[in-house]
Amino acid sequence: MITVKDVDHVALLGRLELTAEEKEMFTRQLNDILEHFRSLERLNTENVQPTAHVLPLQNVYREDLVGQHMPREDALSNCPDREENYFKVPKIV
Amino acid sequence: MQLYRLTAHELHDLLIKKEISAEELNIAVFDRIENVEDKIGAYITRTKESALESARAVDRQIRDGEAITPLSGIPLAIKDNMCTDGLRTTASSKILSNFIPPYSATVVKKLEAAGATVVGKTNLDEFAMGSSTENSAFFTTRNPWDTERVPGGSSGGSAAAVCAGEAVCALGSDTGGSIRQPASFCGVVGMKPTYGSVSRYGLIAFASSLDQIGPFARDVTDCALMLEAISGHDPKDSTSANYKVPDYAASLINDVRGLKIGVPEEYMAEGILPEVRIAVKKAMLLLESLGAVVEYTTLPHTEYALPTYYIIAPAEASSNLARYDGVRYGFRAAEAVDVIDMFMKSRSQGFGPEVKRRIMLGTYTLSAGYYDAYYLKALKVRTLIKQDFDRAFEKYDVLLSPTSPSPAFRFGEKVDDPLQMYLSDICTISVNLAGIPGISLPCGFVDGMPVGLQLMGKHFDEGTLLRVAYTFEQNTDYHKEFPKL
Repeated sequence: MITVKDVDHVALLGRLELTAEEKEMFTRQLNDILEHFRSLERLNTENVQPTAHVLPLQNVYREDLVGQHMPREDALSNCPDREENYFKVPKIV
Repeated sequence: MQLYRLTAHELHDLLIKKEISAEELNIAVFDRIENVEDKIGAYITRTKESALESARAVDRQIRDGEAITPLSGIPLAIKDNMCTDGLRTTASSKILSNFIPPYSATVVKKLEAAGATVVGKTNLDEFAMGSSTENSAFFTTRNPWDTERVPGGSSGGSAAAVCAGEAVCALGSDTGGSIRQPASFCGVVGMKPTYGSVSRYGLIAFASSLDQIGPFARDVTDCALMLEAISGHDPKDSTSANYKVPDYAASLINDVRGLKIGVPEEYMAEGILPEVRIAVKKAMLLLESLGAVVEYTTLPHTEYALPTYYIIAPAEASSNLARYDGVRYGFRAAEAVDVIDMFMKSRSQGFGPEVKRRIMLGTYTLSAGYYDAYYLKALKVRTLIKQDFDRAFEKYDVLLSPTSPSPAFRFGEKVDDPLQMYLSDICTISVNLAGIPGISLPCGFVDGMPVGLQLMGKHFDEGTLLRVAYTFEQNTDYHKEFPKL
């Protein structure tokens, strides 16, 4: 069973600030959904390899060559706040 | 002649015979949008000026006797989770409501290079999370066959636009059925190609091991043309497969003799509306009468696909959506006391309820103490689901099923019950877990609402899917129906 306290902890990990109603709703809905997930316990998967990705692709490298890069102004064009060529954020410490 | 009702290949013939101009065609589609968009709500952003400009460039090419491509001048819609250089791209989320990408997705570049005209960006469930387009942060899109019903989702805007004549073809993205299910609800053709066959560069990520871009079209021929235009290796997407794109038009053969088609009995079981089952059985009989061998088969782990998907997709989403922090782009909440507070407030005010629910679910299943029980377990069951398909494809060329358990449902019917909403993806999600291609095409009507037939194929065997779909289409008339608006 997930409790409101678990929901608080997960919300903090996911960097979400939830209202009291949202906490109540997610506690109920996550319990319903996780209950549905329990059907997987019926399967014995001890000797099954996990599939993270379906194609036989591994370690895709390219030649280490200088390419075209996004101009700095373009990269900064959507930021909510900047100072010179930096992204600006509220105080960290 | 209502140009907006024709297919891309019909329009191409008219263009090269100089019976119509590309400008005329694009104006006809924009007039249609003017007339019906109030009822449908397919578009978040429309781009009339740039579309007409591209159309005039195509007209100059034709006038100068230059060769044009099958998509030159054809009005297309792009789902609003694919980046378009200099054109607002929102993913239907408040958090990206003012985002103007500094680059275009590879698929957009490819279509523009083919001379297609982009008429606008279409509505979706926020970040492609949903099955009805009701989760858009902006407005709801309506089903052109009955505006009291959902168009499906998450690519509901693209499906509705193609269905209503507001675009000739469109792009969508499909993580668990988001192209095929709305195609089925709107009575158009929609295809999710093999994972890795179409570049995801510039697609706003939802679940990276499942996401795939694909086409919507009014018939299978247009679907093949679109697929060919967007497929191919892209060095900018490290999960893009290096393979030679086949000539998909060559697969449009009206003949299924000798092909073996399997029908997984789990997809025809309880939970599928009886009328939908009847429509699919009729499709089986038709293909059999045309010379295919059609048999029931089994994909024994089907019942585990839904929990597996709803562990893996939210886990990947919770990780992908960590980038929305209000620092480099997107919405930033005012009045934060420090940087963590800024992250928390920006995300909480910027994301809608379904996105938050999936971040919560994904963060939980990936968190310490639960990773093995949920996430790792789901990855292992994913292997079993994939092996079911591998075994079935040893015997069959193609698998056949309904696309969705029911036709389009009414607004509000499922939106408050996430589990019920998730169940509407029951026939489509396994295809994403296995990474195989799937196509939905119209196979009947129930109470005036379209029913979709799903065909599933082997990795990189889109050609055989197109062949079976084309044969079915050439021997039926469902794709010729057009909604009255």
